[in-house]
Amino acid sequence: MNENARLMQGNEAVVEAACAAGLKFFAGYPITPATDIAEMAAVLMPKAGGVFVQMEDEIASMAAVIGASLTGAKAMTATSGPGFSLMQENIGFAAMAEVPCVIVDVQRLGPSTGIATAPAQGDVMQVRWGTHGDHPVVALAPAGVAETYDLTVKAFNLAESLRTPVVLLLDEVVAHMREGVVVPDAGALVVRERRRPPGGPAYRALGDGVPAVPDFGSGGAVHVTGLVHDERGLPSNDRQVADALIRRLHDKVQRAAGEFTFTNSWFLEDADVAVVAYGSVVRAAHRAVVLAREKGLRAGLLQLQTIWPFPAAAVASLGRRVSRVIVPEMNLGQLVGEVERVVRGQTDVIPLSGLAGRLFTPDEILNEIIRRGKSARAVPGSGLRAYRGR
Amino acid sequence: MQEVLEEYLRQDMMPHMWCAGCGNGIVLHSLIRALHDLALEKEKVVVVAGIGCAGRAAGYLNLDTLHSTHGRALAFATGVKLANPDLTVVVLMGDGDATAIGGNHLIHAARRDIDLTAIVFNNSIYGMTGGQQSPLTPQKSIATTAPGGTTQRPFDLPQLARGAGAGFVGRSTTFHHQLMTRLIGDGITHPGFALVEAITYCPTAFGRQNKMGSPVEGLRWQRDHFVEINKFLSLPEEDKKGKEPMGQFHPAKGPAWPH
Amino acid sequence: MSGAVVDVDEKRCKGCGICLTLCPRRVFNPDERGKVKVSRPERCTGCLICDNLCPDLAITVHRAKEGREGGRVRPPAV
Repeated sequence: MNENARLMQGNEAVVEAACAAGLKFFAGYPITPATDIAEMAAVLMPKAGGVFVQMEDEIASMAAVIGASLTGAKAMTATSGPGFSLMQENIGFAAMAEVPCVIVDVQRLGPSTGIATAPAQGDVMQVRWGTHGDHPVVALAPAGVAETYDLTVKAFNLAESLRTPVVLLLDEVVAHMREGVVVPDAGALVVRERRRPPGGPAYRALGDGVPAVPDFGSGGAVHVTGLVHDERGLPSNDRQVADALIRRLHDKVQRAAGEFTFTNSWFLEDADVAVVAYGSVVRAAHRAVVLAREKGLRAGLLQLQTIWPFPAAAVASLGRRVSRVIVPEMNLGQLVGEVERVVRGQTDVIPLSGLAGRLFTPDEILNEIIRRGKSARAVPGSGLRAYRGR
Repeated sequence: MQEVLEEYLRQDMMPHMWCAGCGNGIVLHSLIRALHDLALEKEKVVVVAGIGCAGRAAGYLNLDTLHSTHGRALAFATGVKLANPDLTVVVLMGDGDATAIGGNHLIHAARRDIDLTAIVFNNSIYGMTGGQQSPLTPQKSIATTAPGGTTQRPFDLPQLARGAGAGFVGRSTTFHHQLMTRLIGDGITHPGFALVEAITYCPTAFGRQNKMGSPVEGLRWQRDHFVEINKFLSLPEEDKKGKEPMGQFHPAKGPAWPH
Repeated sequence: MSGAVVDVDEKRCKGCGICLTLCPRRVFNPDERGKVKVSRPERCTGCLICDNLCPDLAITVHRAKEGREGGRVRPPAV
């Protein structure tokens, strides 16, 4: 038994990993099923020499996170659907002004107040397009507690290196499940910091498209605004400047996407029917695919840990190799649209939604695999691999 | 403006975008004078602004400046101050920004007594968007969203701030610029939440539709309608009509505001 | 003569008329564009009303008196 292994709740892993990644500022507001994150941060932030503040609402929480980040602190907030809706304007500000920050959305059943304690995946499109205008977004979705720990650290690293808001997309099941996590030793974790500038215009992008904006208090006299701005950070009405800025914000994320498109796959080498899933649905889908193989069906599973930017290459490549793709989601079909878009008709894409507010059972996904599988028989000796949380 | 103060301006952003005669420039000048008089280390001053004409002031200051989202400046500023308490944080907002969409953050910043200095540029109107009513527009004023005259009652901003717990509350007008400079300086020095209401004249979006005249007439109106608070309190009731008090108001824990 | 010198930055001046009207010594005149120019510089007393109330931060009054830091003398109470 690894002495660094601890039984941890998903929400707990978010806070533990955030602290390990250098979190120094948490602002939040109570909302089920994310409240545990704020409560644990209230205990751990003072111990880590950081700041915890309960703000008056989610709008203020996101604003405070941005203000704190601009002073150089790694900052995070956590919420669920209704609060996430409120945060959209300020998330757009963070994207436009290139402010590193992490936003945890623990999805619950919506729309509106919905059922606070029921899981769902209904915020997927909102994560991408919730705030107005053309803006890039990075979103990671863990399917288990160890993955939550790992992806939280990665979320902070991406926020710092790309100077962009990163959404950590949980659902109520992942948030409240408890699993063993092998906590990495302090020195073993790769933790990235934002580029600190040697000088030059605050919003001039370097080779990777990311500017080195000075922290407040470091003598940069920097202007940070949500208005279209030039490379000094000062407002501009020039359309060429606007076009260049908006495209650069997208390009800096796209350019790096190859390094942070995290996926896992099982049994895809000879699969005829593939399941594409994310979040807690992966757990049911994995079991379903194992059961399908036992029945002699050539089923496989592609897990998407990176939701946005959408892993187009991985899914398109899958689409060329299998004859059907089943996309189970705890919604009425949100990410499946992206799957359909990138496979470009090369394979049948089947959306699957179950009962609102409840995680799929493996049988529900298995039945769909059986229904859709034609004469896909397993090759003898293909073997089985158990799900292993990362 | 005196040369020694010019270093507080982003020179290549001047001339500013405000209309001819807009009082916001006078408030900006007062703020710069106050910062200079306090001899603060400029690297440690952060100015956070909201959206609207008042919020544009941040773009002209040669300091770390944050031009945030409408109504939320105090929340952004709270994050800045809590994450780095060594910074002196000044928050610039218009009357609509601070008391309409920003009302909730205003009362919570005051309640927390967090060490921020809020300067509310009160021109009683939404200027940038062309003259809509705000929560500080005097009743019966003409506004583009109240063409027959506003019917809603406005806030009494100093009373609102005091009621929410602000420890330092001041009000001045651009005509009374010396008082304005002093109050801004005292507010910044005050170790807790300070609010300074800066009465400023908008000749374009407020003045024209309310027939209040030229920029100079706006200043004269301020001269004629605001009375230093101690003098105001000693006036007989009938002489208070049409006048407003200005100066430093009693702090939240002090004697009650007179009605 | 006070020795005070008034300077108007015409790039900043937007011709609002405040200094024209409030200067107690009629130092300024408008030009053909409505902006102000210093017409009677010798009449300036260095009261600083124009410097402090110019919305465009366009006016600088240099006080020439010895022993005084330029611009730190406050005008009479209003």
